[in-house]
Amino acid sequence: MPKVKGYIEIDQERCKGCGLCINACPTKVIEFSEGFNSKGYHPAEAKYLDRCIACGFCYRMCPDVCITVYREE
Amino acid sequence: MRKLLYKMPESLSGKEFTYCPGCHHGIVHRLVAEVIDELGIREKTLVVAPIGCSVFAYQFFNMDGTIAAHGRAPAVATGMKRARPDLYVFTYQGDGDLAAIGTAEIMHAANRGEKITTIFINNAIYGMTGGQMAPTTLLGMKTTTTPYGRDAQKDGYPMHMCEFLKEAKGVAYLARTKVTTPQDVEKTKKAIKKAFLAQIKGIGFGMVEVLSTCPTNWGMDPISAMKWLEEKMVPEYPLGIFVDKVGDEK
Repeated sequence: MPKVKGYIEIDQERCKGCGLCINACPTKVIEFSEGFNSKGYHPAEAKYLDRCIACGFCYRMCPDVCITVYREE
Repeated sequence: MRKLLYKMPESLSGKEFTYCPGCHHGIVHRLVAEVIDELGIREKTLVVAPIGCSVFAYQFFNMDGTIAAHGRAPAVATGMKRARPDLYVFTYQGDGDLAAIGTAEIMHAANRGEKITTIFINNAIYGMTGGQMAPTTLLGMKTTTTPYGRDAQKDGYPMHMCEFLKEAKGVAYLARTKVTTPQDVEKTKKAIKKAFLAQIKGIGFGMVEVLSTCPTNWGMDPISAMKWLEEKMVPEYPLGIFVDKVGDEK
């Protein structure tokens, strides 16, 4: 288990489903959602939050600033 | 207890970006906003938006600003800075704006050493108008106006703005970066910060050229567009810091 535990929130209405966060995530927390948002994209979804290490890579790569990153303390 | 690490910077208005999925404009917008937040100059900063995909940049940034005529952002910024030297002015321009119709403005603003900052997004194509050849288009690259690939005999060679501008005496900071990995994003943020510091310290003109993808007009998905950028664009446009008179970040 990783020492640092993180938590991310994704604004799915803002997301355009480009997948840059999925590509950047080192622990594969994020996947495309099966549902659609109102723009018609499959937004990113934080499916495996227990793996999150709060590295912030997804936040750095997100071109639409949809992601907020927290660290569990 | 949850400790907040990263969230949308205050210098962004929160309005949804109008860019295509996977476009690097959004990343660079966020970096500029983060730098302005860190320097604590949001209330004293003006943005000059260009013509191109980022034409609405003044709506996305939470600060005052205007749009300049195509390519004329450095000229408008010069006027703003000279009228209000107490404020900080930056222009945000694409390659069709800065390297084509606005070449004269950027060359002379840099040569005069205007105390302004320019963020230059180079994606080797005209994005907003539908993927025509830009001066920065690579040789052999297919666009809507070069359907058989750019030919040096007919269309000339790709334009290297950093290499041109580095000879100008008024330039205080000049760097070329990319934002394809989180590490590169951090490097770009440092470069943008220095370009702003060049203005804040009153040394001269600062510019950061960011190699960026245009998945829609390149006809690729966002991930393969980043791969293409690494493989094709980086060898043509070598990354690095060309001029640095700013010195230490403090």
